[in-house]
Amino acid sequence: MANIPQKVVHKYLRHNKKFPHVWCPGCSNGTTLGSIIRAIAELNYDRDGITMVSGIGCSSRMPVYVDFNTLHTLHGRALPFATGIKMTKPEQKVIVITGDGDATAIGGNHFIHACRRNIDMTAIVLNNNIYGMTGGQYSPTTPTGDRATTSPYGNIDPVFDICELAMAAGATFVARTTAFHAIETQSIIKDALEHKGFSVVEVVSSCPVIYGRLNKKGDGPEMMKYMRDNSVPLKATEKMTPEQLEGKIVRGIFKRVEKQEYCEAYAGLVAKFQNKEEAKK
Amino acid sequence: MTKEKKEQVVKKEKKEQAVENLQEEEVILEDNRKVVLMQGNEAVARGALAAGLDFYAGYPITPSTEIAEILSEELPKIGGKFIQMEDEIASICAIIGASLAGAKAMTATSGPGFSLMQEGIGFAKATETPCVVVDVQRGGVSTGLPTKPSQGDIMQSKWGSHGDNPAIVLYPHTVKECYELAIRAINLSEKYRTCVTLLLDEVLGHMREAVRLPDISNVRIINRLRPTVPPEWYKHYDENQKYLSPVASYGEGYRFHVTGLAHDSQGFPTNKANEVAAQMKRLKRKITHNIRDLVQIESYMMEDANIAIFAVGICARSAKAAIKAAREDGIQVGLLRPITIWPFPDDAVRKMLRDVDIIIVPELNEGQLITELHRLTKDKADGKIIPIQRSDGEMITPTHILRVIKEAH
Repeated sequence: MANIPQKVVHKYLRHNKKFPHVWCPGCSNGTTLGSIIRAIAELNYDRDGITMVSGIGCSSRMPVYVDFNTLHTLHGRALPFATGIKMTKPEQKVIVITGDGDATAIGGNHFIHACRRNIDMTAIVLNNNIYGMTGGQYSPTTPTGDRATTSPYGNIDPVFDICELAMAAGATFVARTTAFHAIETQSIIKDALEHKGFSVVEVVSSCPVIYGRLNKKGDGPEMMKYMRDNSVPLKATEKMTPEQLEGKIVRGIFKRVEKQEYCEAYAGLVAKFQNKEEAKK
Repeated sequence: MTKEKKEQVVKKEKKEQAVENLQEEEVILEDNRKVVLMQGNEAVARGALAAGLDFYAGYPITPSTEIAEILSEELPKIGGKFIQMEDEIASICAIIGASLAGAKAMTATSGPGFSLMQEGIGFAKATETPCVVVDVQRGGVSTGLPTKPSQGDIMQSKWGSHGDNPAIVLYPHTVKECYELAIRAINLSEKYRTCVTLLLDEVLGHMREAVRLPDISNVRIINRLRPTVPPEWYKHYDENQKYLSPVASYGEGYRFHVTGLAHDSQGFPTNKANEVAAQMKRLKRKITHNIRDLVQIESYMMEDANIAIFAVGICARSAKAAIKAAREDGIQVGLLRPITIWPFPDDAVRKMLRDVDIIIVPELNEGQLITELHRLTKDKADGKIIPIQRSDGEMITPTHILRVIKEAH
């Protein structure tokens, strides 16, 4: 027997089939997958009780690697699939893995409506500012002026702030972190999973092979360093001037409120009829 | 308001009241079966409930909306789930998700929504997830004629989604049949693990007629096969002779993977030609190996017929009226009506092509069913197959068909 230290992730990965994974060297998706798994391990959730649903894109390849109930759906549609699962089996912990293009472009409508319903699931948006899987086209979060294969002269589109969007649409837990801050990501995801209602965690991610190369951001480690040096915790922003905040990634939990959860509201509706039936008897 | 108008209003109210009374008053027959006045859309909703529907997701669209309205009222009463989604794309995705979690799930829509659902329908077929889509067809291309009939989605119901995706599509022609085929659609979706489409004509969806519902205790309900093996043995797409394999649901300990990508028997994505070929073969043979179970036709006065009418849905009703009238004049004419339109009843149609001299094909489109007849015959140009086509939102009347019968006779 080789002397390999047993790691937490080993229990949760599908070892027998799906490795090596599809992600490029230097991609931060694997780091975030580690954070997600460790958050689940800390919470000691039963693997049978977790359903992981994703859309299409680099990050959306994640479910195939984990040993849960897993569903890799259509581009942008992870949330409505997840809604059907959650309503049918409300006891399932539903985690949706999605990307910037998947969640806010093709799936933008589903995203805002899932937020509005406040249905109990956690959407983890791995925001790498580009469509990686199709080779590097600009997404709704590609910074204005940046280059992509479809913005060779610099992107003229304004960007979406995923957290602002989620908060405005009615999500009851909204947070941002970066892939570099793996321990913080783990802790925020833990909070998001324990939150009753629709929770959104934006994980700022790095795509050195395409976005990084097109915009001269350096290799994987360089982009990790960028996240470290150019992000600030929410608390620290209180003392910062707008000039100091310019271009900074703000990390932390922006919103955490209690509100009627969708499946519970529906269960209340069903209970009314059952009570009537019992009263009749 | 003039006296005349007032009278009209009173008359209208009385009529509406009478209809309502009829709806409420169920006539109980001796054998305990009920006769009720029912709309086609309502019959679909009631049939689906009888088949054990657990979950409905939909988006409002004329002329299918009554199905959603009725189910929004009925499903919560029995602990079922109803949700109005943000669009038709979300609706088809939600029902697939619900089905993967173990629910019998359905959505209903019309042409424009049916177009939006096509990607999801392909996903349900590729991942072999049971679900039912009801398309109450409306007139025209694009937004078209929301309140007028058409049979323009016959080909879309087969070829609508990209890639080769064999279809099961049922087509009722009476309100009673709406009820029966809604049950059958859910049954077939469960048995064959696929998306089954129920095509209605707008006029059938909105038409009310007296229906003698089948005794519910005699209705056969099919539930998907459940795995009997331990999770580590389970394959989500198990190979077997009839291509019908057990299916687990999320949250039962099987922890399987589902993807719209080409996949192997365990559900994991694959690029290997042999594994992809196996998936494609399976999807195809699931239909072609079970034609006898899937295909249903009605043969009406065909025994001695030398003229046949080939029609579905509402056109078949016009055809029956025309046939009765023609028979009074001694013309030997009959009707062949596919109840399952996809897979197409090739054998029955070949027999008809052999047995009769003339085939009249009335349809509310510009020639969709007729192309299938052309596919099955060599003599296309000899005038044996006569089209009656209409796509202006109006019906093909019995008189029209009768005239064509007489001209052909």
